[in-house]
Amino acid sequence: MNNPEILVICKHPGILATILRLIHKKDGWKAFGAGSVKEAESLCSAIPVNLVLFGAGVEEKEEQQLRASLPSLRPEISFIRHYGGGSGLLYGEVLQALAG
Amino acid sequence: MAQTILHKASTRGLSDFGWLKSYQSFSFGEHYNPERIKFGALRVLNDDTVSGGKGFGEHPHDNMEIISIPLEGELEHRDSMNNSAVISPGEIQVMSAGTGIYHSEYNKNADLPAKFLQIWLFPNKRNVAPRYDQIKINTEDSHNKLQQILSPNPNDEGVWIYQDAWFHKGRFDKGVSTHYTFKKQGNGVYVFVLEGDVEVNGQTLNRRDALGVWDTDSLSIKALTDTEVLLIEVPMKPAI
Repeated sequence: MNNPEILVICKHPGILATILRLIHKKDGWKAFGAGSVKEAESLCSAIPVNLVLFGAGVEEKEEQQLRASLPSLRPEISFIRHYGGGSGLLYGEVLQALAG
Repeated sequence: MAQTILHKASTRGLSDFGWLKSYQSFSFGEHYNPERIKFGALRVLNDDTVSGGKGFGEHPHDNMEIISIPLEGELEHRDSMNNSAVISPGEIQVMSAGTGIYHSEYNKNADLPAKFLQIWLFPNKRNVAPRYDQIKINTEDSHNKLQQILSPNPNDEGVWIYQDAWFHKGRFDKGVSTHYTFKKQGNGVYVFVLEGDVEVNGQTLNRRDALGVWDTDSLSIKALTDTEVLLIEVPMKPAI
């Protein structure tokens, strides 16, 4: 997973835009944004996503639903929770996920 | 048996943007060290100096308890909940970012640096309603004793946050010793030396060194010089 394709699920439009912009600044990293479970499942079926970031506003039951459903679409997919809403922790979270 | 980890000041990361010099105890931004990610629920401890008139423009946060402790100068705070305030030494500021908040922090003075600690803790609850608070601390209460400045309880001394964490600050004259009893089983304490030299459980620490202590329920502190310390007690295995 050296060139991660990251699905960011976040219900705060401003924070979602910020996270996508920050990920796109990194060479080889791609990001796609979703604001709902339905949108996340739709994107995951169309794009070879290998990492999912749960951001602001995603409810526990929605997170559990996606942790259950997305691996059937992408068996190698990993999940992480994003904290902080900006650049402070984002790169470390992704790098930790890449390191397994 | 108590476990410890020593973080010497010189091993911290440094981000120097000209207007901001930030010494980072844990991985932050472009500074990534897989050996230095966190201490329990303590994720960020940045020792920041902001040049006169400069600052952090409006930017978002979510799901993080963010505590600022001014050390020198003044910071002007504004946020998306219409809070507008100035914080200065002797005060403490807290933001529960929760579902999302925008804020800016600028050095209020054009010709003086502003120095402050920026501390981030993982919350014990995600997606809470954002909140902001700041209070003035009676610094006389921290002379030769530990003064609580943060807790999980809204009715307790200091500010409160969504985490089973307690912060204490103390200024000690040379030779004075004290003892700290952990507030909650399973917590650890990150002792950060603001000024001077101190001995914690027999380990000598100098200015801006830190010692993390866990798997015990107390620790001892002895001031080797006039000193000032910050104790950050956090869960070592946070719930989320």
